[in-house]
Amino acid sequence: MKITEQEVRYVAGLGNLRLTDEEIVKLRADLDEILTHIGKLNELDTANVEPMAQVLHEAGETATLREDSPRPGTSNSEALANAPLPGAGYFKVPKVIER
Amino acid sequence: MNVAALTIDGVREGLAKKRFSAVELTCEALRFAEAENPKTNAFLHFSPERALAAARNVDEKLARGEDPGPLAGVPVAVKDVILTRGVKTTCGSRLLADYIPPYDATAVIRLEQAGGIILGKTNCDEFAMGSSTENSAFGPVRNPVAPDRVPGGSSGGSAAVVAQGTAVVALGSDTGGSIRQPASFCGVVGVTPTYGRVSRYGLTAFASSLDHIGPFARNVKDAARLLQAIAGRDEMDSTSAFAPVPDYLSSLDGKVKGMRIGLPQEYFRDLTSETGGLIAQGVDVLKRLGCAVTEISLPHTDYAISCYYIICTAEASSNLARYDGVRYTTRSSATQTLADMYRNTRGEGFGAECKRRIMLGAYVLSAGYYDAYYLKAQKVRTLIYRDFLNAFESVDAIVTPVSPFPAFRLGEKVNDPLQMYLSDIFTITGDLAGIPCMSVPCGKTAEGLPVGMQILTRHFAEGEMFRLAGAFEKAAAF
Repeated sequence: MKITEQEVRYVAGLGNLRLTDEEIVKLRADLDEILTHIGKLNELDTANVEPMAQVLHEAGETATLREDSPRPGTSNSEALANAPLPGAGYFKVPKVIER
Repeated sequence: MNVAALTIDGVREGLAKKRFSAVELTCEALRFAEAENPKTNAFLHFSPERALAAARNVDEKLARGEDPGPLAGVPVAVKDVILTRGVKTTCGSRLLADYIPPYDATAVIRLEQAGGIILGKTNCDEFAMGSSTENSAFGPVRNPVAPDRVPGGSSGGSAAVVAQGTAVVALGSDTGGSIRQPASFCGVVGVTPTYGRVSRYGLTAFASSLDHIGPFARNVKDAARLLQAIAGRDEMDSTSAFAPVPDYLSSLDGKVKGMRIGLPQEYFRDLTSETGGLIAQGVDVLKRLGCAVTEISLPHTDYAISCYYIICTAEASSNLARYDGVRYTTRSSATQTLADMYRNTRGEGFGAECKRRIMLGAYVLSAGYYDAYYLKAQKVRTLIYRDFLNAFESVDAIVTPVSPFPAFRLGEKVNDPLQMYLSDIFTITGDLAGIPCMSVPCGKTAEGLPVGMQILTRHFAEGEMFRLAGAFEKAAAF
C-alpha cells in the first residue's frame, strides 16, 4: 500500500479540500493505484540528468522584460464584479483576527 | 446557405461575391448552431451580441473597401477555458458557473482582429482535466459521428462543433492531448503548436509548463489559417516565443517527396487492430507521396504517462489554489472560519477528477516526496525531450497514431481513472517535449468511427507539419 487514509486526510488539508468519508476511501484507492504505476520512474537512473521545468526557447537574457511604463489595469469595480461578497471596495471574508 | 459545410475559403468567396453579408452569415450560423446543439451539448452558451457586433464591423470594413482580415466573417467557437470579456467563461466547472471575465485572452483578441466571429463557448472537461468531456459540470458532449460515444477531451466541445458543422473552426487547449485526441475521435484536424507559439494570456491555467492553445478545423488549410492569426510573441505572456511566425499557407504548397518520416516502434504496440490497420494504410499513402519512411525509437516512451501525471497534477494543484471562495463567484454557505470557507467552497465546487488531481499534485509536492516524485519527473522529462531531439537528427517528421483506440462509449471508462490516464500515451509526449503536433483524419473503422494520424515535427516547424498533413489530406481524400 502506497498511501494510507490518514495521509489522504493530511493531503486534503494541504489542498484545502473538504472531503467526505466516502470520497476519502475512493481517493485512497485511486491514488494508491496511480502511485503504484508512477513508481515505474524509479527504474530509470537520473543521477546525472538535469531537471526540466519547461521548454525554453532561445531569447536574450532580458528579452522578456517589457518597458516599465504605466498602463491602465483592471479597475476596482471590474475586479470585484465576480466577488461572491464584495463590500466597500474590497473582497469580504470571514473574520480572521479577533480583537 | 449551408453553413455546416463552409470552409474559410467558402466564407471569403461568399463575402467577396456578395452572396451573403457577414451579419447574414452570423445570424444563420447562430440559428443553425442553436438548433443543432441539443444533439451534442457541444456549445455551453452563445454570444450573439458579441458575434453580431464583430460581423457588423466586418461588413462596415467591406463597405469602405478595407481589408476585413484573413478570418473575416468566419464563425468560430472558443473553448470555455479561454477568457472572453463580458461573455461567461465557466471552465466546465460548477465553481465558475457565473464567472464573467473582465478581459479577453490574447488569442481571442487576435481572432477578432483577423475578422473572426465568436459564436459562443464550448463544453470541456472541468478545468480541461479529462480525456472524454464527461468531467464537465454541465453534462457530457456526444460525439456527432456516433452519439453514444464520447467526443474525446478535454476540448470535446470544440472538436464536436467543427465535426457537426456548427462552427467553421474552433479554439481548444491542449495540455496532454486535449486538442489532438478529440480531433481524432471526431474526424477533424486539431493542432497543438510549439510550446510558446501562441500566447496563453487569458487561458485558464491548468499545468502552465504544458498548456497550449491551438486550432480545430475541417481541413489542414483552415487550421493553418487560424494558427497564423493567433500565433506570435505577446508581451502579456512572458513564455510566448520571439521566433518569427512564417507564412503557413505558402508552406502548404511545398513538396513532401523525400521528406524523412520516422515511425517510433514504441507507438505501434498496443493498438486496436483497426486503428493499427488504418495508420498503416496512412503510412502507405505517405510512402506513395515519396516520403522516406523508417522505423525509429523513442526509448523513454513507457515512462511518459508517469512523468506527465506527476508534473501536470503538481502544477494543477498550485494553479487551482486560487479558487478559494474569495474572488471567483462561488462561495460555500458553510463559512464559519476562513479555513472552513476555503475547504467547503473547494470541496463542494470541484468535481471528482479535479479533486483527484489536486490531491495527487499536493501529494507529489509535499514534504518528503518532492525529490522522489516531482524532481524525478522533471528529470525524466529531460530524457523524453532528448529522445525527440535525437530522433529529429535523422528524420523530418514523426508519424504515430493519436489514440490506441477510436471513440469509446459514454460511461465506459469513467470509473477507472488510471485506464483513462493510460489512454493518453501517444499524445502527452509531444506536450512534454513542447514540439508541434497535430491530428489529421486517417479513415474510419468498420463501425464508422474516425481515426486520427499524429504528425510531430521539430520546435517551430509547424510549416513542415502542415505541408505533410496537407499533402496527406489531399492524397488520402477521406
